[in-house]
Amino acid sequence: MLNTFLYVAQGLLVALEVIAIALPLGFVLGVLLAILRVYGGRFIAPLVGIYSAVLRGVPPVVLLFILYFVVAGAVNLSPLWAGALSLGIISSAYQLEIFRGAFGSVSSGQMTAARAIGMNRSKAIRYIILPQALRLAIPPWSNEAATVIKDSSLVYALGVPEILRRAQFVSANTREPFIAFGAAALLYFAMTFVAGRLLDFVENKTAIPGEVGG
Amino acid sequence: MAETLIRVQNLRKIYGDKTVLKDISLDILEGDTVVLIGPSGTGKSTLLRCMNLLTKPDGGSIWFDGEEITAPGVNEDRVRTHIGMVFQDFLLFNHLSALDNVAIGLTKVLGMDKEAATEKALRELDYVGLEEHADKYPGQLSGGQKQRVAIARALAMDPRVMLFDEPTSALDPELIGEVLATMERLSNEGMTMVCVTHEMGFAREVADKIVFMEGGVVVEEGPPQQMFTAAQIPRTREFLGKITELYGDHE
Repeated sequence: MLNTFLYVAQGLLVALEVIAIALPLGFVLGVLLAILRVYGGRFIAPLVGIYSAVLRGVPPVVLLFILYFVVAGAVNLSPLWAGALSLGIISSAYQLEIFRGAFGSVSSGQMTAARAIGMNRSKAIRYIILPQALRLAIPPWSNEAATVIKDSSLVYALGVPEILRRAQFVSANTREPFIAFGAAALLYFAMTFVAGRLLDFVENKTAIPGEVGG
Repeated sequence: MAETLIRVQNLRKIYGDKTVLKDISLDILEGDTVVLIGPSGTGKSTLLRCMNLLTKPDGGSIWFDGEEITAPGVNEDRVRTHIGMVFQDFLLFNHLSALDNVAIGLTKVLGMDKEAATEKALRELDYVGLEEHADKYPGQLSGGQKQRVAIARALAMDPRVMLFDEPTSALDPELIGEVLATMERLSNEGMTMVCVTHEMGFAREVADKIVFMEGGVVVEEGPPQQMFTAAQIPRTREFLGKITELYGDHE
């Protein structure tokens, strides 16, 4: 039983690698796309809207296969990298919506006040709007982080030896599916739990004194 | 004779099918405190926001220090660094302490180094009597304190003119005095100021010129003495009478 668990747990590092690539990629793309969606004007904003609608309208695993074969066809990448990058792109669509909502929650007066002291638009976004929007985005982003952690299991379909793939393998060999998949479940739960607490900590740490929750 | 710092010529602003500003011409002399009064929805705030290009006029022109700032190709960010603005609802940057609210324009717009910016920001906070609150965040300040930080933030940029858009309208009555006192001191020290306000006491005591606007035009303008006691146009007398009764003198 311990051996089964240890065998499955060896996939943890691979899973963490996938997550460590996908989540930050989704974050950077999500923030940039959200800025374009909100401030991009009449031509760019709708394009970002289409990007978001398409990516969010198709099951992640379907997209994973499509992106995997596109990405892996364009450049020579290991399945792990191709899968992780694909998951990051998928996540960027959800993160973009999170940040779009957060930008919208920062009152428009903040931009007005920034412009009034002579800041140009991009400085105002960077120094005034973004720091406030990122704080507002933490709770919904925490949700998306959990989703990406769990969706990292999807790369098993590409043959990446992460937690789920190993669980499946050991389950077939030992005929102890409950222990094998139970181990996998425990590992995913541990990751989402730790990530959640970590983000709670960040939320408290960055709370603005005097604000609600601060 | 003082120089004209801001010249507004035949200014027009239309929102949809509503003409907010019909044909406004107005001169703001350097060192003067000009108070804009008039019923709400009459375009006073719009006029103020046109002066620092936060709102784009649909016609006419605005000249600032001899330059037509409504001309195409003018760098509006550069113009705005010379024109301070104070808003009715303060609009402090919520995520920054009072000190950083004042300093951020110095570092990020004027490119001052952090140490010099902090020093100057502290001086400005001291000027509005809030040096000891420098580390507090907007959510920890009273309305009057917030508005004084907002004034310090605008002053830090060393503007040529300060625009006040109903700076005391969102304040509890007992907090109005501290903001008006700061404004009066600024005016006495020779700052050029354009204020939209209903504070008739302030207008009477501090203004060099009162401009009465209604329906998108300037109905009448003149020094306070003349406007309060010898207005030429009956509507001006009626409005001033009413508003003095309502808002009284806070002095």
